[in-house]
Amino acid sequence: MKTQEVIIQAGRPERYYWRDLWRSRELLLILSMRDISVRYKQTALGASWSLIRPLATMLVMVFVFSMVAKLRADPGVPYPLMVLSGITIWTFFSNAFTQISSSVTTNANLVSKVYFPRLLMPLSAVAVSLIDFLITMVLFIIVAIWYAYVPDWHLIYMPLFVILAMLTAFAFGLFFSAVNVRFRDVGQLIPFLVQIGFYACPIAYSSREVAGKWFEKYYIMNPLVGIIEGFRWSLLGGKTHLNPQSLVYSVGITFVCLSLSLYFFRKRENSFVDDI
Amino acid sequence: MSVITVENISKHYIIDHKRGKGSSSIRDAITHTVKGWFAGPKEDTDELTHEEFWALRDVNFSVEQGDRVGIVGHNGAGKSTLLKILSKIIEPTSGSVKIRGRVASLLEVGTGFHPELTGRENIFLNGSLLGMRKDEIKQSFDEIVAFAGVERFLDTPVKRYSSGMYVRLGFAISAHLNPEIMIVDEVLAVGDAEFQKKSLGKMRDNSASGRTILFVSHNLTAVQALCNKTLYFERGQLIEQGETNQVIASYLSKVARTRLRRQWDTPEEAPGNDLVRVHRIELVPEYPDNLTHIDVRTPMRIQFEFWNMMDRANLNLSLHLYSLTGECIFNVGSQSQPYGKGLIQGECVIPGYFLNDGTYTISVMIVKDTVTPLYNMEEGITFDVEDYREGVAWYGKWPGYVRPQFPFRVEALEPIIP
Repeated sequence: MKTQEVIIQAGRPERYYWRDLWRSRELLLILSMRDISVRYKQTALGASWSLIRPLATMLVMVFVFSMVAKLRADPGVPYPLMVLSGITIWTFFSNAFTQISSSVTTNANLVSKVYFPRLLMPLSAVAVSLIDFLITMVLFIIVAIWYAYVPDWHLIYMPLFVILAMLTAFAFGLFFSAVNVRFRDVGQLIPFLVQIGFYACPIAYSSREVAGKWFEKYYIMNPLVGIIEGFRWSLLGGKTHLNPQSLVYSVGITFVCLSLSLYFFRKRENSFVDDI
Repeated sequence: MSVITVENISKHYIIDHKRGKGSSSIRDAITHTVKGWFAGPKEDTDELTHEEFWALRDVNFSVEQGDRVGIVGHNGAGKSTLLKILSKIIEPTSGSVKIRGRVASLLEVGTGFHPELTGRENIFLNGSLLGMRKDEIKQSFDEIVAFAGVERFLDTPVKRYSSGMYVRLGFAISAHLNPEIMIVDEVLAVGDAEFQKKSLGKMRDNSASGRTILFVSHNLTAVQALCNKTLYFERGQLIEQGETNQVIASYLSKVARTRLRRQWDTPEEAPGNDLVRVHRIELVPEYPDNLTHIDVRTPMRIQFEFWNMMDRANLNLSLHLYSLTGECIFNVGSQSQPYGKGLIQGECVIPGYFLNDGTYTISVMIVKDTVTPLYNMEEGITFDVEDYREGVAWYGKWPGYVRPQFPFRVEALEPIIP
């Protein structure tokens, strides 16, 4: 083996950072597996929680918004399917976002005891929500069969929106994960943001309700609007409302925030130990 | 060829002493900034005092390939900070380090062990955190399991392990790392004696194969057994380096001289309050011939002098001795007596063959009327008791806080008649 020389100096950017990150992919896998296998330890219902929660949320939504508030679904789409598709991608985003935000602090014991590329922590935090997402998709398929609903070719776009949701979660989560090290206020803030987001995004209702209103141009600046619309659109055969402009916002904001967050994280990561 | 070159390494912390709770929240940060705008910088320093602290200062040394370097010094001398800098966990404030070769650092036994995961899963988790590849772990898996002796519990969550098993598994994994440079912090402080011996042997075998080892330990016996060179740190500075025996000898004699006395010449600068102020606290060891450090045989006198500012008061002294981990080992109180204004001296004698080897802290409390504490001098003196044994061929950590030599009679009652 060729001996490599490492130079440690204040403020010196790690020369081999991305190479080290790539070499640590096994560790990434193992950390992800750890989170997944620990997730439902000592629960009686185990992984079925990933089914129960979205199913229960969907039933409540259907009751409150469809039967009580009389919100309408997009034409030709059963309301429960519309809600469930929204919940599926939103839950994925919000879980990933929450877990990424707390990823550094939950791994505090590792940060202060061993060196590894710090980006592995937020990266591995996505795994659990990804598994949950896949399980919820199974639920969606079951409900879709119940309504005798068959998706069409739009489905091929679905993975793109999932990836976009993941990148957005990463863009925001990464920033908060670094801030969380210094200011634990983040732990209070995140659930609150997620709660607001649930109503600010077209989950229980169709964004068609917003179309044409004076605040639409602000509404679609929320990057999640485009992602949820797009995911639903691809899943429900293009019958739901999709404002292409909102997608432009989603992609644009995500990439700008992602670069800023990455820069911020890398700037901060060397001092994590001093603050944690 | 030197594999580690450390040049002018310093690590600097700023400690904030905030009023009230030291919690750091966004609200605090905002209020401080806002107050700063309105009140100007002067008020701000009132509110928030910064204290500079150098964990390491201008440290220079280099390590040759195959060296086994011991690092000794008191708690807070900067040993762990140095290891963390070498392990890339923390960044130095200034200076540079050059390292040639693959480094594995072992700052903790079983880093990243997750209590819910099984022994098997944790071997892979810990191994890859320490930088092993999956195929390397697979290759030495059976050896690790055998070394730790946990075959039967491989699929049990480690939270059900006894602490001994946990430590053995953790060490076994790290013993099978294959780096060119190994950094080890206090790992041998845990585990039973037999396992320590096994681990020390394993580390010595490793170094025979040309591996470089950096080893921090409070156990000077272990450092002497393992290391050919030693660095001695004191308050963030490298005081001495060289041959192990030489450095350890001067470390021990220095400890005895410097740390055992604290004195304040005038009541104004002395710690205390309006009623009483501390003049001097000193630990006076009574060395048996030609010994220069405290070991388990050494009797000690603890002297404590304070100014009494009250006209007439019934006072007594209460002396606590704490272990390194903060447990109180004993508390001795003096008789309560009336005293007038002036300097008062108390002395307490700790006999030899009483304390076990370890680090201890003495605090002295001045009590009025046997119930009202007037002043408690916490962490008055911290001192080390070194190990000494005769006629014992065993080098594990002697258990317990005290090591008394109570009369222990053993005799043969009657021979077995075949």
